[in-house]
Amino acid sequence: MRHVISLLVDNEAGVLSRVAGLFSGRGYNIESLSVAPTLDPTRSKMVITTSGDDQVLEQIKKQLNKLINVIKVVDYTGKEFVEREMLLIKVKAEDKSRAEVLRIADIFRAKVVDVSHSSYTLELTGNKEKLQGFIDILNPIGIVDFIRTGVIVMDREMQRRRPLR
Amino acid sequence: MNRMKGASALIEALRCEGVKHVFGYPGGAVLDIFDVIMDVKDIQFILVRHEQGAVHAADGYARASGRVGVCLVTSGPGATNTVTGIATAYMDSIPIVVFTGQVPTNLIGNDAFQEADIVGITRPCTKHNYLVKDVADLAKIIKEAFYIASTGRPGPVLIDLPKDVMNATLNFKYPDKVAVHGYSPTYKGHTGQIKRIAGLVLKSKRPVIYGGGGIIHSNASRELVSLARLTNIPVTNTLMGLGVFPSDDNLSLGMLGMHGTYAANMAVTHTDCLIAIGSRFDDRVTGKTDEFAPKAKIIHIDIDPTSISKNIKVDLPVVGDCKTVLKSLINMLKPKKEELSALRQRLASWHEVIKEWRQAYPLEYTQGKSIKPQYVVTMVDKLTPDDTIIATEVGQNQMWAAQYYKFKMPKIFLTSGGLGTMGYGFPAAIGAQVAFPSRTVVDIAGDGSIQMNIQELATAVQYNLPVKVIILNNGYLGMVRQWQGLFYKKRYSHTSLAVSPDFVKLAESYGASGIKVEEPSDVEGAVRWALNTNGPVLVDFRIEPEEDVYPMVPAGAPINNMLLI
Repeated sequence: MRHVISLLVDNEAGVLSRVAGLFSGRGYNIESLSVAPTLDPTRSKMVITTSGDDQVLEQIKKQLNKLINVIKVVDYTGKEFVEREMLLIKVKAEDKSRAEVLRIADIFRAKVVDVSHSSYTLELTGNKEKLQGFIDILNPIGIVDFIRTGVIVMDREMQRRRPLR
Repeated sequence: MNRMKGASALIEALRCEGVKHVFGYPGGAVLDIFDVIMDVKDIQFILVRHEQGAVHAADGYARASGRVGVCLVTSGPGATNTVTGIATAYMDSIPIVVFTGQVPTNLIGNDAFQEADIVGITRPCTKHNYLVKDVADLAKIIKEAFYIASTGRPGPVLIDLPKDVMNATLNFKYPDKVAVHGYSPTYKGHTGQIKRIAGLVLKSKRPVIYGGGGIIHSNASRELVSLARLTNIPVTNTLMGLGVFPSDDNLSLGMLGMHGTYAANMAVTHTDCLIAIGSRFDDRVTGKTDEFAPKAKIIHIDIDPTSISKNIKVDLPVVGDCKTVLKSLINMLKPKKEELSALRQRLASWHEVIKEWRQAYPLEYTQGKSIKPQYVVTMVDKLTPDDTIIATEVGQNQMWAAQYYKFKMPKIFLTSGGLGTMGYGFPAAIGAQVAFPSRTVVDIAGDGSIQMNIQELATAVQYNLPVKVIILNNGYLGMVRQWQGLFYKKRYSHTSLAVSPDFVKLAESYGASGIKVEEPSDVEGAVRWALNTNGPVLVDFRIEPEEDVYPMVPAGAPINNMLLI
């Protein structure tokens, strides 16, 4: 099962290596990873997607918590959260397919960020499924290159319901 | 404000931490520190002969004294030589702080002479490590390192010191307080959980306490004994936990696991309530995990949350310091007088069953024409005082020591349990002797293991550390040979040590004393001679070459499935 974990860590050299080393050393898998400093420049936030059963996930969380440079571990399993990834994709765009690519981009609300005589580079954000759907649709036209960021997440605030009058 | 160089600040910081001994080896990158050390009188520096020996000595010092062990080595090869020692301390949760020299900061990453990325190399085998880039951070980092090494689940911490940082000046002020955001060990157990443990224990019919090295780290031996006495529950110990419960006590089942006693393994297999305290369900203890304590509700008290339900699913976990948790558990149990006496009565039949197991297969060996290793260990046990510190190497010597030496108090058994490091025992014994110059310190060794750090004889002689080395010499890498004999059709591939030194002459060449013993009738006299001879001593006992360690559970088998002879 896929899990999303976010970590608040010290923003210093070697921390990423400690986290990555923990995963590889204990045989856990990192599917995606993204890191950036927080508003407090001495801290960074990492979002890791990983897989494993409940017992493995429990160990991963405990082991991460044990790292001195890890300040907080949040497991998003079973929580409400917004999840986004970003994709840059360079697609062949010649004669016939030029219009088709733009049409698909429009449907997915992707942005054109670079144009040449033979290709378009598109930018798309969304969850994993949306990005995968976009890639699958463009694949027959001809993908020259693509790159995805890791997943980033933000938990949703619970909506307070107004009492009924 | 005290203005000084980094190297002097390092020594000041060690003073502030109350450090009295540093084990180490000089080199280019730490010349500035050694220049300061030359005039230091209140901290004794012990020059080992190999950096691995320095770390094991600091480790043995820490295990025997409970204080943080400290070592100081140079960069590059000096630093990489410490890795085995650090990994050994990490696996057994031993508080040590290792200072390594490093090339100047402007050369880091340049493949400079004697440069190694020791922080990178030791990341997975330290509790934490640091590279000091700015001399202004030095005091804070040292303070944190000692704090992290010695609190929670203890462990090794490494501090890498670039040469220019040791030469830079700073205003030295040692911090009074330490605050590490990402680190706050839990000491007090959850009261509700401890209540549930009390309830489960009082209802149990065949309970067993399974105590490990965590009890030593938290100084909870007395509480463990009180709990066992109060409830009359039998106690088995792990290799790391030997000594926390007096092995001559009626409630002691001895060690459990691969080379544990029959009674201990059977008791664990049949228990309905296993109380694990400061132990981590290592594979050498559990054997086949699916069949470990199959009938039991498992209680686990441990300060490290990652130890809980890592190998074996636990029914009732408590994260906390063993001593603190045991104290509250005892306090909860004490007022329940009726339930306690009912428990004690109910356990009578359990003790009967255990007694039968004990009698069916006690630890035993048969005397023969040649010296039996078990007999040597028994003699050492008989002739040494109770507070004798016993170090071991790894392999058969270690298991015979664990089985046949009767440990009656904690912190006297120094052995590499987790990593299984051959060559650990002798330098560890040296470290322990430094901590306790007047106590008897014995290293029980094999002829293979002792040669892995034999160079430390020079250290022992130089500092007049009268460690007694008992070599159980069978001419083999005995434990590996035993496995080859049992599981590889007696194909003894490279386990015969065809050439070994004359250990007596070797000892003498270092300025130590030695004798060779070949007759069983000479064993007692030889042990007495070793104990009564001043200075370091090495006794070469030529033992029965094909003697094996029994009982034994084959790797991966359930622990009640024992090879008994």
